[in-house]
Amino acid sequence: MQPPASPAVQMRSITKRFGALIANDAADFTLRRGQIHALLGENGAGKTTLMRVLYGFYRPDTGSITVNGQPASFSAPRDAITQGIGMVTQHFALALPLTVTENVVLGAERGLPLDLAAAQRRVQAAAQSFGIDIDPAARVRDLSIGQRQRVEILKALYRKATVLILDEPTAVLLPQEADELFRALRRLQNQGLAVVFISHKLHEVMAITDQVTVMRNGRTVNTVDTAHTTQAELARLMVGRSLTPPPARPAPPADQPVALRLDQVSAQDNKGLPALKALSLAVHVGEIVGLAGVSGNGQVELAEVLSGTRRVTAGRVLVEDTDITNADPRRVMQAGVGRIPEDRHASVVGEMTVAQNMALEHLGEFSPRGLLDKAHITRHAEQLITTYQIKARPDDRIRTLSGGNMQKVILARVLERAPRVLVVAQPTRGLDVGAGEYVHGKLLEQRARGAAVLLISEDLEEILALADRIAVIYEGEIRAVLPRAEADSQRLGLLMSGVRA
Amino acid sequence: MKIERRAAPLWLRAVIPLLAVVLTFAVTSALILLARANPLQAYYYFLLEPLSNRVSIIEVLVKSTPLLLTGAAVTLAFAGGFWNIGAEGQLLAGATAATAVGLQMHTASPLIAIPLMLLAGFAAGAAWIAVPALMKVKLAIDEVVTTLLLNSVALLGVSALLNGPWRDPISQWPQSPEIAAAAIFPRLIPRSRLHLGFLVAVLVILLLWFLLNRTTLGLQMRAVGLAPQAARFAGIPVERTLLRTALLSGGIAGLAGVSEVAGIHYHLIDAISGGHGYTGIIVATLGGLNPLGAGLAALFIGLVDTGSQSVSRALGVPVYLGDVILATLLLMTLALLLLQRYRIRWTRDRGAM
Ligand SMILES: Nc1ncnc2c1ncn2[C@@H]1O[C@H](COP(=O)(O)OP(=O)(O)OP(=O)(O)O)[C@@H](O)[C@H]1O
Ligand SMILES: [Mg+2]
Repeated sequence: MQPPASPAVQMRSITKRFGALIANDAADFTLRRGQIHALLGENGAGKTTLMRVLYGFYRPDTGSITVNGQPASFSAPRDAITQGIGMVTQHFALALPLTVTENVVLGAERGLPLDLAAAQRRVQAAAQSFGIDIDPAARVRDLSIGQRQRVEILKALYRKATVLILDEPTAVLLPQEADELFRALRRLQNQGLAVVFISHKLHEVMAITDQVTVMRNGRTVNTVDTAHTTQAELARLMVGRSLTPPPARPAPPADQPVALRLDQVSAQDNKGLPALKALSLAVHVGEIVGLAGVSGNGQVELAEVLSGTRRVTAGRVLVEDTDITNADPRRVMQAGVGRIPEDRHASVVGEMTVAQNMALEHLGEFSPRGLLDKAHITRHAEQLITTYQIKARPDDRIRTLSGGNMQKVILARVLERAPRVLVVAQPTRGLDVGAGEYVHGKLLEQRARGAAVLLISEDLEEILALADRIAVIYEGEIRAVLPRAEADSQRLGLLMSGVRA
Repeated sequence: MKIERRAAPLWLRAVIPLLAVVLTFAVTSALILLARANPLQAYYYFLLEPLSNRVSIIEVLVKSTPLLLTGAAVTLAFAGGFWNIGAEGQLLAGATAATAVGLQMHTASPLIAIPLMLLAGFAAGAAWIAVPALMKVKLAIDEVVTTLLLNSVALLGVSALLNGPWRDPISQWPQSPEIAAAAIFPRLIPRSRLHLGFLVAVLVILLLWFLLNRTTLGLQMRAVGLAPQAARFAGIPVERTLLRTALLSGGIAGLAGVSEVAGIHYHLIDAISGGHGYTGIIVATLGGLNPLGAGLAALFIGLVDTGSQSVSRALGVPVYLGDVILATLLLMTLALLLLQRYRIRWTRDRGAM
């Protein structure tokens, strides 16, 4: 046997503070060559921060990094890139009007004039050798999210990355796209690439990684071989306790009245193309209806119609007896609709505080005669923060919160008003298992309380775990509505791909 | 040297205006040397000499008066997400309306004449911005261009008035007849130029601070300015709020026009503004879109403005130096605002690339 080669990356005792907050607390991390290594941890555990330190985006307050056994000190990503480290975040850094080739060579090559034809050949060759399926001449603007991610990966590899950091790469991917990504990663692994894979989806971690490092409160608490662990153990390591299985729930009583009714609703997408086509759907009091579908089949538009931010071109929307067709968000809320949108960042004012965001939808209640009652706003926030166990202070700017905590803020601001109808889109996207479990528990609580819940999700497991009935949306139409008992992922998968029931 | 992105710490945001001032003086030293003067001496006259005696301190306050108002107008607009570049035009509209009212007040008491003029000036400024505001809200037409273009229109309108119906019948100069005595702002300090307008301006700054920080409407305005999409989602009527922001901003700029006519000139001339509307943009930016910051910035610019006259008197350098310094100051502030999101790091490993 050969002695083990020096690791591709070794981070020792990394500490990174943001003001009073310790994001990384003497964290250690070792990445071997040719290995896919998962970084796991609750929201806010410090995963992204640790990897940003490795990528030279942040400079650690203390601690050391070696790359291939050599001490390294990065003051900017450029330094890390020259050392063979690449990072792909959820927010891609691509120039949309440019082609794949231009994006890949941009900044990687010096000297002008740039010979685009030659560059295109080089990019094509690189894509082939890495086994990445992409058209180098395509404009990034025309590519799907999955394809854009491939461009980002190719960009890193083209810069001769030997270490690739992927921060929640699958959060934005469809299941098929994720499978494709995994195949590509395996091929790259065989070529010697080391991969850091951040994900909240434990089954993915089990399926694709060789080792797992678990972070908690900024520390790396454990590193285990994937082959010698289980999902349950990983969850326990992350949360520091065992997860409770979701409570058994009684079937909803039959013959409950309809709380939310969509009647032949049509609407257009942003390009003016039909997105919803005479869609009809009813959600009863005390039930969760899951809306399953491949993304881009009208879910976003449907959620916006129900939020009061998109007009319908035909049809009617009723909450009990109130007609909210084309009502503005204020009237939609007054009718008793609570909205938890897919895009968290677009539903809060990032530069404002947690307390202000919690009050924003109902300012009237916090401001007698138009004057803000600051003490009341803060007290209200403190109370929600306690009730919903949010890791934040009322005066924190909301954009500094981790994904899970931001979601809890949005959840708290909606649920405290006990809405009659709840429209929830992708509620656990990007959340850790603990936070996801928490959100699911809250949704079941709402159902038990008698709310009508429309759960829009691309995560079939989530839908199968929560819904009483499942509606499948395809190209803006409801293709089928099944009781939970008659639904399984295979049948849903077929319906979602457009096969008629 | 390396540049990396990071979030700006709070202290840095506070330091930026000061840093901008220091850098500006460093850069403009070269020009002062070219004008064959000693920069240190020049800065003494710019910054300290005006504060050394009562007369010029009052002059600083007089010079800041219109800037407090246009600065407040622009601060409100920018904080609320309405890019009003047209404070100059709104000021002219306000000045015109004030003159129109002031000319009719020969038999009125000041207690009637002055509020009426303020009201008319406010309404005229608001009316002047109403067109771009409606175009923005209803047709999504960019307000930067429309508000800017209306500045020239306003100036042409004033010229037309002064060369036509309002031409001074006695002197035949292109200036309006003098407004009625009842319409003239009283002096705050006898035998000085400091007039009621200064009090109005300070009041406006304080009220604006109160609006933005203590009222529902202000919070809604800021939410619309920061994140219109999220504001709409939260049920804030985005279009109506933008419209209110714009009209209020235009109205405040209009008050600057009233103050210049009724407090300084007593008749309308086409140089009534001389760029106070544009300087308001500098004031708002230097003040960090905070009304109190804008207040300080306006006083500072009033100081430099006063100083540029004393420096030119004492050292014989051109008065324009003051303008150059202000322009440099704006550029520095903008550059620093951009740079505050980055960190410059000096490194020795120049070979590594
Ligand atoms: N630029 C920043 N300024 C202030 N606080 C920050 C900053 N970046 C991260 N934090 C805080 O540091 C902590 C760790 O954040 P980090 O983004 O590393 O968590 P994470 O493990 O990646 O979480 P998630 O799973 O939600 O992505 C959090 O409490 C977060 O609020
Ligand atoms: Mg993260």
